[in-house]
Amino acid sequence: MSDPMRIRAQVQGSGAVVRVLMSHDMETGLRKDAAGRPVPAWHIRDLSVTLNGAALLRARWGPSLSRNPYLQFGLKDAAGGDVIGVDWTDTRGARRHDETVIG
Amino acid sequence: MQTRRDLLARSAALAALLAAGAAAPARAQSGGWNQAAFETKSVDESLKALGLAKPVESKDIVFTAPDIAENGAVVPIGVSTALPGVKRIAFLVEKNPTTLAGVFEFTDAVETSVKTRIKMGQTSNVLAVAITGDGKVLYAQKEVKVTLGGCGG
Repeated sequence: MSDPMRIRAQVQGSGAVVRVLMSHDMETGLRKDAAGRPVPAWHIRDLSVTLNGAALLRARWGPSLSRNPYLQFGLKDAAGGDVIGVDWTDTRGARRHDETVIG
Repeated sequence: MQTRRDLLARSAALAALLAAGAAAPARAQSGGWNQAAFETKSVDESLKALGLAKPVESKDIVFTAPDIAENGAVVPIGVSTALPGVKRIAFLVEKNPTTLAGVFEFTDAVETSVKTRIKMGQTSNVLAVAITGDGKVLYAQKEVKVTLGGCGG
């Protein structure tokens, strides 16, 4: 299992700013290991963000996202105490879910 | 002849299969994952694979990226737009081995603005393509000079 995501959600005006830092190698499939064998592609390809369980944002990623991907976006309406959930699935089918409370 | 041993092995395999299926919520089935689009090697191919019309350059898309990226493995980019009805934003890197970096889908509850970090193999134009609900395709682009490539090697 991969490391937990770091999610920060802060109220700003009537909305909130959400920052997510995921822990993932995001292999492109182009790199070769020490023995010269290609390292197969392995990256997060589907990401979804929810607010109190309702869909907010979804992303599909190729291997061009940086290692340990970062995402920042803004919510129009949010209040302290609302729950932000982030789910991702990678190309091997591994998935991870983390949540944070808007503060 | 069927032995007790391979019967056991088979039922174990079946159980593993069922468990894998049960652990996959329908929502995360990555319905609509467009493998072809993520394998395209030019801007035109990517747009075609995403089913998009030829994009029109727009001043209303604010695209931020560095002029010079010292490390191509981590290039911070951001896009925001006040255009109404933008449902999706795609990032394309013209000269990367695969052009399409990612597609973001927005609901009405979020601002159509996102910041992330991408990898770039070499100096290239980077495009932010915004797609509205009624099918308009607009873009903004910027050239980012890369000192050290970030795509393997």
